[in-house]
Amino acid sequence: MKNIKSQNRRDFLKSSALAGGGLMISFSWFSSAKAAETMQELNLPEPVWSELAAYIKITPDNVVKILVPNPEFGQNVMTSLPMMVAEELDVDWKNVVVEMSTHDNVKYGAQFTGGSNSVRMYWKPLRNAGAAARQMLIEAAAQTWGVAASEITTKAGVLLHSSGKKTNYGEMASKAATLPVPKEVKLKAPKDFSIVSHSKKNIEGVKVVTGKPLFGMDYKVDGMLISMVQHPPAFGMKLKSFDATAVKKMPGIKDVFSFKLYDEGFEQAGFDTRTFNEMIAIVGNSTWEVMNARKKLIVQWEAVGDVKETMMGRSGKREVTVPGRLETTSAQFEMMAEYAKRPAQQLRKDGDPETAFKNAAQIIERTYNAPFLAHNCMEPMNFFAHVQEDKALVAGPLQAPGWVEPTLSKLLNLPADKIEIQMTRMGGGFGRRAYGSYVYEAARISQKMKAPVKLIYTREDDMTYGIYRPMYTATYRAALDANKNLIGFHVKGGGIPENPVHANRFPAGAVDNYLAEGWEIPSNITIGAFRAPRSNFNAAAEQSFLDEVAAAMGKDPIEMRLELLKRAKENPVGNNNDYDANRYIGVLELLKEKSGWGKPENAGKKRGVAAYFCHASYAGHVVDMVIKDGQPYVEAVTSAIDCGVVVNPDAARNMVQGAVVDGIGNSFYGALTHKDGVAEQTNFHNYRMIRHNEAPKKIDVHFVQSELDPTGLGEPPFPPVFGAVANALFQTTGKRYYNQPFKVELEKPKS
Amino acid sequence: MAKYNLKINGKARQVDVDPNTPMLWVLRDSLNLVGTKFGCGMAQCGACTIHIDGNAVRSCVLPVSAIGKQEVTTIEGLSEKGDHPVQKAWLEHDVAQCGYCQTGQIMTATALLKSNPNPSDADIDAAMSGNICRCGTYLRIKDAIKTAAKTSNAK
Ligand code: FES
Ligand code: FES
Repeated sequence: MKNIKSQNRRDFLKSSALAGGGLMISFSWFSSAKAAETMQELNLPEPVWSELAAYIKITPDNVVKILVPNPEFGQNVMTSLPMMVAEELDVDWKNVVVEMSTHDNVKYGAQFTGGSNSVRMYWKPLRNAGAAARQMLIEAAAQTWGVAASEITTKAGVLLHSSGKKTNYGEMASKAATLPVPKEVKLKAPKDFSIVSHSKKNIEGVKVVTGKPLFGMDYKVDGMLISMVQHPPAFGMKLKSFDATAVKKMPGIKDVFSFKLYDEGFEQAGFDTRTFNEMIAIVGNSTWEVMNARKKLIVQWEAVGDVKETMMGRSGKREVTVPGRLETTSAQFEMMAEYAKRPAQQLRKDGDPETAFKNAAQIIERTYNAPFLAHNCMEPMNFFAHVQEDKALVAGPLQAPGWVEPTLSKLLNLPADKIEIQMTRMGGGFGRRAYGSYVYEAARISQKMKAPVKLIYTREDDMTYGIYRPMYTATYRAALDANKNLIGFHVKGGGIPENPVHANRFPAGAVDNYLAEGWEIPSNITIGAFRAPRSNFNAAAEQSFLDEVAAAMGKDPIEMRLELLKRAKENPVGNNNDYDANRYIGVLELLKEKSGWGKPENAGKKRGVAAYFCHASYAGHVVDMVIKDGQPYVEAVTSAIDCGVVVNPDAARNMVQGAVVDGIGNSFYGALTHKDGVAEQTNFHNYRMIRHNEAPKKIDVHFVQSELDPTGLGEPPFPPVFGAVANALFQTTGKRYYNQPFKVELEKPKS
Repeated sequence: MAKYNLKINGKARQVDVDPNTPMLWVLRDSLNLVGTKFGCGMAQCGACTIHIDGNAVRSCVLPVSAIGKQEVTTIEGLSEKGDHPVQKAWLEHDVAQCGYCQTGQIMTATALLKSNPNPSDADIDAAMSGNICRCGTYLRIKDAIKTAAKTSNAK
């Protein structure tokens, strides 16, 4: 076994010979440095090393194949991650073949897509792997030709010697496989990149535009049955009894039964949700038959009441009580307003905020509210499962295979290495597919049917059985002295069921007297991560608030932010501020320049600005709004982002443009409301999504030129859109908008 | 159940299904043509768009019994090699993010260009507003349609 550990001690490289000749470089990713050390100490045998998260293969006929570890949900990792390998390997991008990995043993990493993490976490390991392979190919050529390795260079998959000798990688791959993996590799400086930072087209583009079976919905095996589940009609309800006689008589129906997701006393891991633990499965031959037959189901439901659950979190086991109340949105907002008045948990305090507010010449206080949001991935939840006595195969759209596997293993009573998880391309994720309950449902149904089964949610199932973005509220207060200086800042935020406040983010660090507080209301409505969790509310609230504070201070909103950031940079308050004030400033400066902010030619424009930091990146937008057909319409957007090195610029621009459209759509229309626990929106006829004619005509995206390691991109541009839209609405309508979705406010009759 | 003789992508196909079965499920389940997508099942999102005698139609609400002799075209039959000008324009603009909506978008766009080879922005807005893209690729869709209009007309 030949391997190296790289500088950060968290990834390991290994080389081996391919069966038909050629070289394979694989690397394992460890979830912690400790796991990596243990592996070394134990000197584990070869088979362990075959469980690898990613690899590069070079065959004698010069094909370079790169396996992508993380699932694809439109963030384009299937292109950007191989670009990073290809850059250091120095191969012709045209000769690279890319494949999606299946999930490997959970010990070697979660293979998690989310948290704007994929590029960040693989940036070093994948480039190390590419560089190591290149160095081994050089060494193989050096030995073959009897020359010094230092005299050999590479160019696009060809090894060249100063004497004029040359050969391609494939020729040397088998020999390279016999050589030790280099102890040290030198990575390129960003200025020398020729693939990274140079736009490459989506590697799966042709498959997408020709309708190839890429998605979980398209997954099919011989003898596969189709299943749907009937979940309770309301959060807080459970199954009492049902009569499936009529359903079973319908054509193509194989079976109808109720099943429990988790057994009694099951300890839920962080991403296991238990919205509805008992459901009815309808299984049949085809989608339409099952869909139709389900309508004949006669079911009695009953209230669940309060339920005690055991949660296994990072900080250990805890008991939680999930209240049985049947929730109604208006009552929830009232309850939030009530909770907001009570004492809350202090999250951060600098200086003496009480005195600052007592001495203030002016206090500005505003409260912001936001409803639940449904993810509404274009591809509804679905999963394939084939559970057998001694093994299981599951396949479909999933963001977090590594988190699903341990739970599946417990539910099916199978060791993790007997469970194969295949990740299909996802028709969107946005956080929703980090929660695997639909995978477990599919597995339970297959187990019962003793057959391969594909579980499909209809849009209605998907929308009404959601893992929603929480409801949030926050009250912001700013204290100004007689000279209109900001002397105190206070945020108190809460939500159902979590508080949104990021206490150590801007403007923390920029104000002497600062207080952040949070509170929470438990609920039986399941919530989860939604593109930039918590940030997607904070940026809306805080960035609208800062706009009003700037106006009260008589300052331009960008200049006011820049002044505060200058303070945070030069003389920060506190020492645990999350953000880098300098990068924040950089983004605002770029935004100012590119949008022509304050320039006479833009004087007539109704513009709103916002900038936010999350997932280690900085993003800001200037939104230009007009009135079109009597409605406010975002016509053009200028965006500025600092996410370090941009791996695939055109695809990155696409993602930012998408985040802008998503932000405009959700700020205007997004809301999932409840009446007595029943979701009031069920499909796209009453859950309004932003459409083609409502998207801006122009979204100009600009990246801060940077040689810093890449930071997040999928999420950071999303949150500030809400704030920029709210601020532009004020410029356009003369009215401030505090409650999302803005469309509802806009349509309220004028008093 | 009933037998239907359909003409799909230029080929004769026979299916034996319930007369109410929407074309979407006939295509996906019976004929394994899965490029046509399920998004809403109620003519709200456009993911399931196909052509019936060249017109863009939502296959999720179109029963198989209504097809008769009309010609059905799906994304799989739009071009033999994936090189229809609209598909090429989609690749040129690298439109897709997750890609799930894109076959429906392409089918709607193709039908638009057939009836209106030089659509204005307003024409594109009107034709494309029935197709949701959750990833928000609308801007590129519009650009790709304009590119396709140019390349088709140049032929
Ligand atoms: S699936 Fe047919 S329009 Fe949505
Ligand atoms: S590309 Fe994802 S829904 Fe359109």
